[in-house]
Amino acid sequence: MNLTLKIWRQKNASDKGSMVDYKVSDISPDMSFLEMLDVLNEQLVNNNESPVAFDHDCREGICGMCSLYINGEAHGPDRGVTTCQLHMRMFKDGDTITIEPFRATAFPVVKDLIVDRSSFDRVQHAGGFISVNTSGNTIDANAIPVNKHDADDAFSAATCIGCGACVASCKNSSAMLFVGAKVSQFALLPQGKVEATDRVLNMVKQMDEEGFGNCTNTGACEVECPKGISLENIARMNREYLKASLKG
Amino acid sequence: MSGILNSSIGRKFAMALSALFLMIFLLQHFAINILSVFSPDAFNEVSHFMGTFWAVQYLLQPVLIFGVIFHFVMGFVLEIKNNRARQISYAKNNGSANSSWMSRNMIWSGLAILAFIVLHFIDFWIPEINTKYIVGDMSGMHNGEYRYFHELVEKFHSPIRVGAYVIAFVFLALHLLHGFNSAFQSVGANNKYTKGLVGFSKVYAIGIPLGFIFIALFHHLTGH
Amino acid sequence: MALDSKIPKGPIKDKWTDYKNHIDLVNPANKRNIDVIVVGTGLAGGSAAATLAELGYNVKAFCFQDSPRRAHSIAAQGGINAAKNYQGDGDSTYRLFYDTVKGGDYRSREANVYRLAEVSANIIDQCVAQGVPFAREYGGLLDNRSFGGVLVSRTFYAAGQTGQQLLLGAYSAMNRQIGRGKIKMYNRHEMLDVVKVDGKARGIITRNLITGEIERHSAHAVVLGTGGYGNVFFLSTNAMGSNVTAAWKAHKRGAYFANPCYTQIHPTCIPVSGDHQSKLTLMSESLRNDGRIWVPKHMKDVEAIKAGTLKPKDLAEDDRDYYLERRYPAFGNLVPRDVASRAAKERCDAGFGVNATGEAVFLDFASAIQRYGKETAHVKGLDENDAALVKKLGQEVIKNKYGNLFQMYEKIVDQDPYNTPMMIYPAVHYTMGGVWVDYNLMTTVPGLYCIGEANFSDHGANRLGASALMQGLADGYFVLPYTIGDYLSNDIRTGPISTETKEFEDAEKEVREKINFFVSNEGQHSVDYFHKRLGKIMWNKVGMSRNVQGLTEAISEIKALREQFWKEVKVPGTNEEYNEELAKAGRVADFLELGELFAKDALNREESCGGHFREDSVELDGEQKGEALRDDENFAYVSAWEYKGEPSDAVLHKEQLEFNDIELKQRSYK
Repeated sequence: MNLTLKIWRQKNASDKGSMVDYKVSDISPDMSFLEMLDVLNEQLVNNNESPVAFDHDCREGICGMCSLYINGEAHGPDRGVTTCQLHMRMFKDGDTITIEPFRATAFPVVKDLIVDRSSFDRVQHAGGFISVNTSGNTIDANAIPVNKHDADDAFSAATCIGCGACVASCKNSSAMLFVGAKVSQFALLPQGKVEATDRVLNMVKQMDEEGFGNCTNTGACEVECPKGISLENIARMNREYLKASLKG
Repeated sequence: MSGILNSSIGRKFAMALSALFLMIFLLQHFAINILSVFSPDAFNEVSHFMGTFWAVQYLLQPVLIFGVIFHFVMGFVLEIKNNRARQISYAKNNGSANSSWMSRNMIWSGLAILAFIVLHFIDFWIPEINTKYIVGDMSGMHNGEYRYFHELVEKFHSPIRVGAYVIAFVFLALHLLHGFNSAFQSVGANNKYTKGLVGFSKVYAIGIPLGFIFIALFHHLTGH
Repeated sequence: MALDSKIPKGPIKDKWTDYKNHIDLVNPANKRNIDVIVVGTGLAGGSAAATLAELGYNVKAFCFQDSPRRAHSIAAQGGINAAKNYQGDGDSTYRLFYDTVKGGDYRSREANVYRLAEVSANIIDQCVAQGVPFAREYGGLLDNRSFGGVLVSRTFYAAGQTGQQLLLGAYSAMNRQIGRGKIKMYNRHEMLDVVKVDGKARGIITRNLITGEIERHSAHAVVLGTGGYGNVFFLSTNAMGSNVTAAWKAHKRGAYFANPCYTQIHPTCIPVSGDHQSKLTLMSESLRNDGRIWVPKHMKDVEAIKAGTLKPKDLAEDDRDYYLERRYPAFGNLVPRDVASRAAKERCDAGFGVNATGEAVFLDFASAIQRYGKETAHVKGLDENDAALVKKLGQEVIKNKYGNLFQMYEKIVDQDPYNTPMMIYPAVHYTMGGVWVDYNLMTTVPGLYCIGEANFSDHGANRLGASALMQGLADGYFVLPYTIGDYLSNDIRTGPISTETKEFEDAEKEVREKINFFVSNEGQHSVDYFHKRLGKIMWNKVGMSRNVQGLTEAISEIKALREQFWKEVKVPGTNEEYNEELAKAGRVADFLELGELFAKDALNREESCGGHFREDSVELDGEQKGEALRDDENFAYVSAWEYKGEPSDAVLHKEQLEFNDIELKQRSYK
């Protein structure tokens, strides 16, 4: 396949940046999208040009490092995948593909297609944990049975990879799917209930301070989420938050 | 509890509560108006009651006005905040791939509805207030009979006004198609019980505006 | 320097408890004055950083990713072992210990492995307390499954994302400490050297990957939890960024590197499809619980499948060779990884590979789908003879168990594994070798510790499935936090370590010189060009099957490639920016040295053991004919290599392995 790529180039955080056109040829449909970008970069390095910077690491859809807004969608047109799992067979010979970084005030661009998602980390620092010290003397793992349904729901919420596709896809750059998933995971488990009130209040407060937008329930996040995190988690967070506000 | 309106979830909760209130009001408004199609007398009776009963006038009416204003102001506040959350927009964005047009354009359907409400106030509410509280005529009578039905029919003479109403109700339907379920999601109701609401929400969101359109057209076509 | 493994005296089951009771402790007030650097934030580094901070030490943690949550532990799929015996199938600490030593082909240190088995149960308790959502049964209790090389069900799991859930657990524990200010987190920082002051590790030099700034960080002790070096093969299941640099710099500063040739080639990975490929994807070993591995019995069927004229699912049962079940009836499809990988290679080398490259075998779920479908139909009172219904029900069960893996396979290969068997082939996955450590997990450099995959200690020559997660968390949560106290108790009066010393200055200067070389070298080949070539040499000559000639060639080819690299490598851009090519150049430079030592170690070890298979050391006859042959008389030792400049000059030190509680036997899975 031969393709035209329109890629956002930006030298560093303070540079203004612009879209630049590139051509790549002999792309195999079996390549992943990132392998296609590897081909472009090899070509750029050989021509003494600066390669396109993009985040990636595990390349099997679990680390959440890869991002990219491809043809107007986070992680591109396929569903339930990250960019590293998006394969070129989703495109046609001669296509023009627009590649941009995830855009949000809370995700400032670092270089080219790389953004700074440390806002997600800070939300987690505010309460994304259960306060238990390592001791080897915690109670036996089977001492508290957990209803399978709740355990499965907690797991589904916990499969979030923190990639930020929800924020990137949301017209309001809201992080509620991400935060909702974390709040839900703990809210569903008996271990998490002790700190539930403080957790949700603190995490939401930090989320707001980071400059994410408000959820207007468009549902775009759920559709674009590579792990299919459900909107139910946002509703659960809303409930938890309202409950906590009434208490605290 | 005090700072709840300063939080994102608090604001959307408030937005949803005002929306739920307005949707109940809308249902009530529709129920009264549809009477005008079947029985002008019943319509007159109920209109007079609503227009003169103290609890409606001095309690519900201010609450309603506050609800409307709150919903709009909060809508604008959220819109501004949300725009601030993404200062550089995408060169290419394919919103239709993951969300409905309605959900992405609540501000525009809302503005259309706001424009309509202004028109609606000029048409009905301001003359009403003028008659009742400036002129001081609380009788509801004109030439020996209730004036409400006649005023209603008279307004729908103009095809332009009817056209404007129809367009406004189309926007209302679009607004409700997203807003109804969205309000439930915002107050935290999204579980196996609320899944059933999805069907009902469609009926409501399309049925009510369609009903209003019917009323307007009915009076336009049958009124003298 | 002679190697002292510092294994405590006494019966094996009491060693760890007694030892803990007698080591020196640091009182809480003094811990506040002690700094510890932790490099790497995977299961080992993350859990260590969190626990050390909980204890009161000031921790500085470093990772090259944009968040600690992205370390490659996240990609572990199948599960984590623990001797809980929740299934009542006879499991015990001893059995887990025994299975691990046997699975490692008797090349691991008994005392370390026993300790690992001992703390394994605590890990599960700790993780559940943290909110890790392990899979549960309908009664609300934890579920288990079985993994290769064992006869009990002791593996705890969270669908196919166990590593992710455990890492997020450790990450959440870190978050709590970051929020409290007890961990200072440095994301997107790469460690480029260890700094020694008076012979002790006292700090590191890092490069900020965003700005290029070279930074000095000091501490009273340095902990490396920087993972394995599988990427020396270029293609592996490791993340793109996984590298040996931290471990290799430690090696260059005096830490011995142990058993570099012990590499795990995992049997169930998606086969290579072309030259463009940047990495390989693992299909969890848990699939072997339900999948059956086969190739056609007859060459004509192989040809027909390759030509596309025969669909694999249409081939009659009698014409299939379920070669693992045939060769190893006792363990069948659940033989250990090294055995399964070699068996696949043996079939493919004989020409029975089923894809275009001839390097793939089938992993078939059809019989599991049938079995589960019938079972479900029976439970639900439906017609067990309705083939379509049974298939549908069976597929649902499989989807619940392995849905994410099947989806991943379908996305990559573009085939539906519910309806046609998966194609798999072995790929580099894990490195058992690593930095040599003693019982305290301290390297040969005082104050420098190494934990998790980066060290060598627990898996011998082959790691059993679901043991890596166990080891990473055992080291980080339950071992290092104790043993490091023994060392740090001598540092309570030391006070803050200054970075304004000659040692830091020299180390920084060296780092800067290397970077300046890369960005100013006018070469003609990209970093990947060299990395790919190195990978080819490693895979072809130091891969699944090794011989003297190949290894000797590999050593000289890698040396030549390294020389060419230092002349012809091209790195665009500057240091003072985000420059991935520059970061890669530094990593590949280290791989080019490690690769040679790796081959040298493989050449030295004239026996077959675990993942290290020497063609000149196989059973010649009897029931075990053709299986790997260990040489306990001459090679029951750990090879610990001391750095002396060029890899060819590296000096071998031997740590003799003593087996007092387990009898050394030929490993049989027949």
